Amino acid sequence: MYPTKYHKPASIADAVAALNGGDEAMLLSGGQTLLATMKQHLAAPSDLVDIRGIAGLSGISANGNELTIGATTTHAEVAGNVDVRRLCPALADLASGIGDTAVRNMGTIGGSIANNDPAADYPAGLLALNATIVTNTREISADDFFEGLFATALDEGEIITAVRVPAPSKAAYAKFAQPASLFALVGVFVADSGSGVRVAVTGAGEDGVFRHAGLEAALTGSMGDASIDAVDISDGNLISDIHGASDYRAHLISVMAKRAVLSL
Amino acid sequence: MTSINMNVNGKAVSGDVPDETLLSEFLREHLRLTGTHIGCDTSQCGACVVHIDGKAVKSCSTLAVSLEGAEVTTIEGLANGDLHPMQVAFNDNHGLQCGFCTPGMIMSGVDMVKRYKAEGKDLTSDAIRAELEGNICRCTGYHNIVKSIEDAAAKM
Repeated sequence: MYPTKYHKPASIADAVAALNGGDEAMLLSGGQTLLATMKQHLAAPSDLVDIRGIAGLSGISANGNELTIGATTTHAEVAGNVDVRRLCPALADLASGIGDTAVRNMGTIGGSIANNDPAADYPAGLLALNATIVTNTREISADDFFEGLFATALDEGEIITAVRVPAPSKAAYAKFAQPASLFALVGVFVADSGSGVRVAVTGAGEDGVFRHAGLEAALTGSMGDASIDAVDISDGNLISDIHGASDYRAHLISVMAKRAVLSL
Repeated sequence: MTSINMNVNGKAVSGDVPDETLLSEFLREHLRLTGTHIGCDTSQCGACVVHIDGKAVKSCSTLAVSLEGAEVTTIEGLANGDLHPMQVAFNDNHGLQCGFCTPGMIMSGVDMVKRYKAEGKDLTSDAIRAELEGNICRCTGYHNIVKSIEDAAAKM
């Protein structure tokens, strides 16, 4: 790794100051992507600002039918939390399928969505669940937050503090994992809020996570795997790489959507 | 350079290290605890698994300077006079061939047995196989590794 300077601020204000003080400072949370990227020399931040020392950024609370998950809450904590299991078990299931045990003990929800890897699991969950991303300066709907490949609506110096997730009436996530990396080759999250169905797809889109209007309309009309057969899933704008061609991914979107619906 | 203090295997340790030093490097190069192995260095293989504050993590994907005050347990810290039951089980069940992945397998094994016991869940052989997702053995020794962990789970 190239040399870097480590900071562990105790407040958001100090974290913002450290971020703005470095030439190319980056936030560090669990580091399960960033440190690996730095080792490959694909990232060389001048400064690392570790936000895990800031009080109030970690932990999960439930308020009525809404979950608030702190940015530095680990995947293992989300997977095992009683409130997440009660209000949104699909999100706990999603978290329990990220990486492996050791990665889940370090990786955080804030880090995952700030990175917005096109094959990461959380972006699909938060987009389908119509979550709100809370930062030190504002609140951003998931629809507006995930902008593209590794791109989000976050401004310079903006720090995710929490995620708010309204409990769905029912939801499920089905992932076809790329067996070596365990990232989603295709993952489909189906969430029925009671007033409509949202379907988000990860691992497949050339511009990252996206909602599938055709699947949403079909499943809002009739929730069942038969509804999915009638939906035309185009391979336009889908990823083609060594793991799978775009038409294969289009097929997997249909299959994973059915698996999700059948497990509701 | 940053001065760090942590507790490794029950002993207070300190060191001045460059900020980009990984925990795996700190353990191996500074403390000479070379039982923690670096297999892939891309957080895939799990040979470097240690316990930080009681949880299994990959020491090659953790900065040493972020662990001020942490309790770290490495493979060297498991045995307490006698070998740990997990170490005995790997020995009894021929749970290793070349041995390179073994420190990480044992640290992950201890973690999963403790976690399942704490949650009151049954650590079946299928569960062990799923839990070993982040530990790679290239000698094809998984059958005996699973047997070893099952054996140790009954004795821990």
